Amino acid sequence: MAEVEETLKRIQAHRGVFATIVTNAEGIPIRTTLDNSTTVQYAALLQQLTKKARSTVRDIDPQNDLTFLRIRSKKYEIMVAPGLSVGNGSNKSDVSNSPSGKPLISTLI
Amino acid sequence: MKTSAKKQKGKTKDKKSAKGKQTELGKKDEDLSMAAIGHPEIFPLVFTSKTQEIFNCRVNVDVTEENCFKLIKKEDIMQDLKSRAAISDFHPVKKVVLEYPGEELLVVFDANFQYGQNFYLVASEEAKQNLLEPPETAKEKEGEIEEEKEEDREETLEVPPYKPPVSKPWVSLGSEKEVEEESVKDTATKVKYMISRVRRKFGAPITFSDTNASHVKENYIECTSYQDKTFSNKILEKDMSVQMVPKVREACTQTKWTYPKNTSTQYFPRELSSEEKEESLTSEKLKDFLTSVHLSMEIALQQNEIMNAFFDDWKALAEDESSSGGKPDVSLKAYRSFTDPRYLKDRAIGCVCWHPTIYGIIAVSARERLPYEVQGNLSDKSLLQHSVILFWSFFDPINPQLILEYPEDIYCFQFNPRDPNIIAGGSINGQVVLWDISQHEEKLQHEQNDVDEMQMPAVNMPPLTQAQHSSTEPPLVRYCAISSIQYSHKKTVTDINWLPGHFEDSQTDAASENRAEICLQLLTCSPDCSVSFWDVPEAKLSEQLLSEKIKEKETLNMPLDISDILKELDFSWKPLIKINLCESDTSTEYGPIRISLKNLHYQYKTSEKMRPLNTLGAPAKESPYTEIGTSSSNNLKVLDNFSTNFFVGTEDGEIVYSDWKIDVNNDSAKQVCQKYTIHTEPINTLQRSPFFEDIILSVGGRNFAIWKEGITNGPILQSNCSAGRNTAGHWSLTRPGVFFIGRDDGNIEIWDLLKKTHEPSHFQSISKSTITFISPWTASAEKNFLAVSDDLGVLHVLKIFQTLSDPSENEHATILDYFEREIKYLKHCEKEFQEYQELQAKTELKRSWRHRGSKQV
Repeated sequence: MAEVEETLKRIQAHRGVFATIVTNAEGIPIRTTLDNSTTVQYAALLQQLTKKARSTVRDIDPQNDLTFLRIRSKKYEIMVAPGLSVGNGSNKSDVSNSPSGKPLISTLI
Repeated sequence: MKTSAKKQKGKTKDKKSAKGKQTELGKKDEDLSMAAIGHPEIFPLVFTSKTQEIFNCRVNVDVTEENCFKLIKKEDIMQDLKSRAAISDFHPVKKVVLEYPGEELLVVFDANFQYGQNFYLVASEEAKQNLLEPPETAKEKEGEIEEEKEEDREETLEVPPYKPPVSKPWVSLGSEKEVEEESVKDTATKVKYMISRVRRKFGAPITFSDTNASHVKENYIECTSYQDKTFSNKILEKDMSVQMVPKVREACTQTKWTYPKNTSTQYFPRELSSEEKEESLTSEKLKDFLTSVHLSMEIALQQNEIMNAFFDDWKALAEDESSSGGKPDVSLKAYRSFTDPRYLKDRAIGCVCWHPTIYGIIAVSARERLPYEVQGNLSDKSLLQHSVILFWSFFDPINPQLILEYPEDIYCFQFNPRDPNIIAGGSINGQVVLWDISQHEEKLQHEQNDVDEMQMPAVNMPPLTQAQHSSTEPPLVRYCAISSIQYSHKKTVTDINWLPGHFEDSQTDAASENRAEICLQLLTCSPDCSVSFWDVPEAKLSEQLLSEKIKEKETLNMPLDISDILKELDFSWKPLIKINLCESDTSTEYGPIRISLKNLHYQYKTSEKMRPLNTLGAPAKESPYTEIGTSSSNNLKVLDNFSTNFFVGTEDGEIVYSDWKIDVNNDSAKQVCQKYTIHTEPINTLQRSPFFEDIILSVGGRNFAIWKEGITNGPILQSNCSAGRNTAGHWSLTRPGVFFIGRDDGNIEIWDLLKKTHEPSHFQSISKSTITFISPWTASAEKNFLAVSDDLGVLHVLKIFQTLSDPSENEHATILDYFEREIKYLKHCEKEFQEYQELQAKTELKRSWRHRGSKQV
């Protein structure tokens, strides 16, 4: 528990990180630093996107797998770290700012 | 014999054609007697050779063509028949033979096969006779003739002798009646007509004429058809049949099948309860997952820190392109031009100010047009005619919107940033004047709404407008407060600035915060070597009083004179603080023309809400033009680091940098810190950059300079001495490295520090006479205007093109870099100079020592 906390804290404390979300494999948030409605929205949308991205990667090469997903938009960047495939993984989302002042959202899924 | 011969021949024939015989037999059975041909007594037979031998009628032996008759006895035939039964040739005619009356039968050899067989039997005696007898007479005839003859002979043999007919009496059988009936007889005697004509008319020409037959009814007879009723039958009964046909019609319908469809779905997301969350948080899986994943996450975050992920290369490339590409020839486009023949005749424009809130309103102050050299002695001139500040609107280039009146010329004026309806002006006689145009504010704002309407709205005509002018004239606004002559400046008020209300200069000299945040303080300076701080609150009160009194006067319908107003005014308006600028030791006084202060938060009050400046240090594009530079420090409360330094540009061309913090008394002499003499002629512009709070542009005489506060060595940038005089200058409000310089030949120089620092990047001729004032204004992101006033009383409003108005991405940083470099260079130069001086001193010392040494020796 403590390790988990510590890791999460470390990531959250990174410069430019705006928020962190941890979800389970189904996309239900476990741990978050955002408000509930936003968290739920992010979790649902990103889970679908991650699923899609993962399936894309594996369709092209079944031996391959998705390791990281970054979505860079005008205002911020979302980083998604997926867990293991086959329903084992948890989801983690981070919202972070870039050094140029624009916020980055990073998500670990 | 004949018969046997026949038989034989028939047999041979039989052999040849058995079938034929059979058919012949058949034929024979049916048509045995040749009755078809008409010879019933003739029976054709086929005689085989055996038969022919038996009866001695062998062909060509006994019987020939000529001798074709053979008589055969009936008994022989009978015998043959008995002996040979079926195979006898006479078998088919057995009956005939039995019936034959005679004893001998005639068999005739038919060489030509007349009757179809080679023999034939004659069945009757008569025929026999006929045949036998005539053939002897007519043997040369063959075929039918012979046959006929034989027949004839046969007949004649039996026919009795011919007797000629004997006529008998006719017996009528009724035929003559028929004949009679049928015969044609003339019933009536035939009528004979003889028509004759006169001979002379024979062959004569005939003239025909037309007559209508219907006219003369006797000429013709006609039988008109008529309906004969006897022949019309009325059908009383009619046989009719009706057939029913089903009428076929096609039709189709479409039913609306309403099926339930989801219009909206309400759902809520799944959430884990807190226990579940706790559980999953403590689970091993999560731990493992995090350990595996956090490294990559940190790498990603670090990457973002290293480089700016949001840097748009493409866009940056475009900007470089635009800045390095060719600029359009004309960077300033003439937008409007305002002049008034009545008020601005023979007058120059002294000061130009944009209305801070209302778009398109610009105010100019007129002053006497003077040759440049005499400008310093403005105060000597006493002008009795009224001087005006004209308000122009973009939408009405002919008529000024508003006129602020004052007996003396106004050298400079400013809108109150908090309340743009208060205008403070400094006149050439040293007094400070206040106007209140709040009654006209609506009208001014209306002007920008009704673009096409030029007439003054009569409803909004404030009571202040006098009865003197007609309705087409713009409203005249008298000043509402004026400073006391005694305490005003002795010379022209050359610079007037509103101060933000954050500090109050009290007697105790502490700069305290004015929580009211209203700009109620004025800073003026004048070439009488003094700088004054004025406080407005009392004046405001008096304004209200004044306006009330004036209203009263209006109701009495009495004309107002200046004396009335002056009576009402509180003449005790005097400055809070008056600072004399003079050096403490040398007691040289400085006549400041322009003053620049560093101030705190500067806010402009708009009609709706406060619009605070961006205090984060990013360039404020909409920062209104003021002659006081703004600082970007956002500490309102802490006033310890409030800077009380100021720059002063004097009429001798000196730049003085000093601190007005007074130690002891209000009117004590000031301590002057720095003094720079770069310009040779009076400074006409001293302005802080809207982007950098410590960069100041000073324009005067033949050159201009950029200074940085704190750098005491000298200006960062100093221009060459130009041919003409620089009469006006201003920083650009949108680009950090751009400023405008006005010349006395009517040209505007646009300096772009990014491009060239030794000469202007652009040169444009605006007017024919001296440029007196430049004032840029940013109405919106696209609309950047530059107001340029000249000596002829014309105000030109120019539109600044995008290239000049849009800063590039890193222009701010670049300009800052440039300044830094320059500062470094200056320092380096200073250092070098110092070293050089030291070196000089050293060499001097050495020399003096040497001299001394030499002297001593």
